[in-house]
Amino acid sequence: MERKSTAFTIFIYASALLLAAIILAPIAWLFIMSISPAADLAAKPLRWWPQAADFSRYQTLLSTAENSAGAAFTSSLRNSLEISGMATLAALALAIPAGWAVSRTPSIGWSLSMVIATYMLPPVALAVPLYMGLSHLGLLNNVFGLALVYLTILAPFTTWLMKSGFDSIPREIEAAAMIDGAGLFQTLRIITLPLAAPVMATSALFAVLLAWDEFFYALLFTSDQRAKTLTVAIADLAGGRVSDYGLIATAGVLAALPPVLIGLVMQRALISGLTSGGVKG
Amino acid sequence: MSGTWMTTRAWLLMLPLLVVMVAVIGWPLVDTVNLSFTDAKLVGTGGNYVGFDNYTNMLSSSNFSRTLVTTTLFAVISVAAEMVIGVLAALLLNQQFHGRAVLRALMILPWALPTVVNATLWRLIYNPEYGALNAALTQLHLIDDYRSWLGEPGTALAALIVADCWKNFPLVALIALAALQAVPRDITAASLVDGAGAFNRFRFVILPYLAGPLMVALVLRTIEAFKVFDIIWVMTRGGPANSTRSLSILVYQEAFSFQRAGSGASLALIVTLLVTILAVAYAALVRKTAGSAT
Repeated sequence: MERKSTAFTIFIYASALLLAAIILAPIAWLFIMSISPAADLAAKPLRWWPQAADFSRYQTLLSTAENSAGAAFTSSLRNSLEISGMATLAALALAIPAGWAVSRTPSIGWSLSMVIATYMLPPVALAVPLYMGLSHLGLLNNVFGLALVYLTILAPFTTWLMKSGFDSIPREIEAAAMIDGAGLFQTLRIITLPLAAPVMATSALFAVLLAWDEFFYALLFTSDQRAKTLTVAIADLAGGRVSDYGLIATAGVLAALPPVLIGLVMQRALISGLTSGGVKG
Repeated sequence: MSGTWMTTRAWLLMLPLLVVMVAVIGWPLVDTVNLSFTDAKLVGTGGNYVGFDNYTNMLSSSNFSRTLVTTTLFAVISVAAEMVIGVLAALLLNQQFHGRAVLRALMILPWALPTVVNATLWRLIYNPEYGALNAALTQLHLIDDYRSWLGEPGTALAALIVADCWKNFPLVALIALAALQAVPRDITAASLVDGAGAFNRFRFVILPYLAGPLMVALVLRTIEAFKVFDIIWVMTRGGPANSTRSLSILVYQEAFSFQRAGSGASLALIVTLLVTILAVAYAALVRKTAGSAT
């Protein structure tokens, strides 16, 4: 490697600090707003650090007392958990067999390419018929209906991840088990699926992140606490007449916590998933 | 085992996925095409056949051309800025310094933050009365009075672009970093011995390794930016005076706010066509870059 001058070293550290500040400042401010008393946030000049940390908003939002701000928030939290959970399980149930089939039988690969090409479709191109269809089935404002719609996003993506995962498991291992007398499903159960477990976990996490992040369909297809998701609840707060900005920030922190933790813990797996051409909508 | 049976078995395993995809994507898409030739409303019974009227009305409306320009500006500027900042960040993270691993871990944060939370966060930062941006700029004496960053047509789009870039440049950086780490050490060393300067080293030695992965990132980000809805809806709803209205927001307004399902459908298909053209053009570009990089 090249020999580094002092000036170059200083330049590197200065740039690193700048980058860290750019990344951290907005996130830190979101958290500070959530624990600053309302008076501090409305002060001019603005008080950048609260005189006394105030965690009461977290309590307010997580309380389940009826008709409180907390009730709306906790129900949306529960809906988001239910919908992402169901949509992820359903997506994996479709993706695992399909991913394996395409991986082992490349001649049908074009069908997966067609499924993946739907990524280009803007959700608005499907929204009106989906709205009419859900309405016809009585699934508007319903967690099952929204989970079903989320398959439009989750299923192609997880299938593609599972296919690349199965590609890296040598088919000779399966062949060997078959020669030893194992049937196809026995082979898959004992050999292939355990080997594919890490890919399944990565796919599931990506699917949860995608579902947790989704806003457009949730905005269109839900209308009250029975199905509204966190993203819609936060947009309501941000666009509504809430006078305490700290409360909006608190909702943001709580909604960001699960995906941020997943991101930090699963960094390596997520990055390798992303760099193999992956995306997040 | 015979090949035919293998293929049949594969199709059987694909079947559940294909059935669901036809139900939630295929059929709605066909239905959108049908709707686009009618004057159907969102609720009530199907409308009358009107031929290409929706398309000609939409394409000749000033709303459409203005929104197309806004969307293109948003997509081109955000994606270009994300690419440049992302590559610079990756070049930095590819250097040896203390705290590098921590900094790289931090890069995942904006990416992991839900889009709606990001939009809400920046909406609070830009707040005209209490926002942190106004406070910081006044305290630094860069501006005299608080401004309504999202409330003025002159600044709203730029403010949105900054918020979008902040969330998305780290993804580009991580992709570029992975590509940089694949550049063999001895190649950069050899170019140093040959006396290549920093810029030439980047242009001729490092860039070829970056070109492929960056192209993919560029394609995906451009398609996403062209379809943008969430961040704009939460921050400005397309305002002020429609200065930040994207094509997806125009479709939403047409089909759901004004309940004109037929004309909304025609606009949605125009957007789909534009995205498809973009994607196909890009795919050709990617193949060309991938071919020349190896």
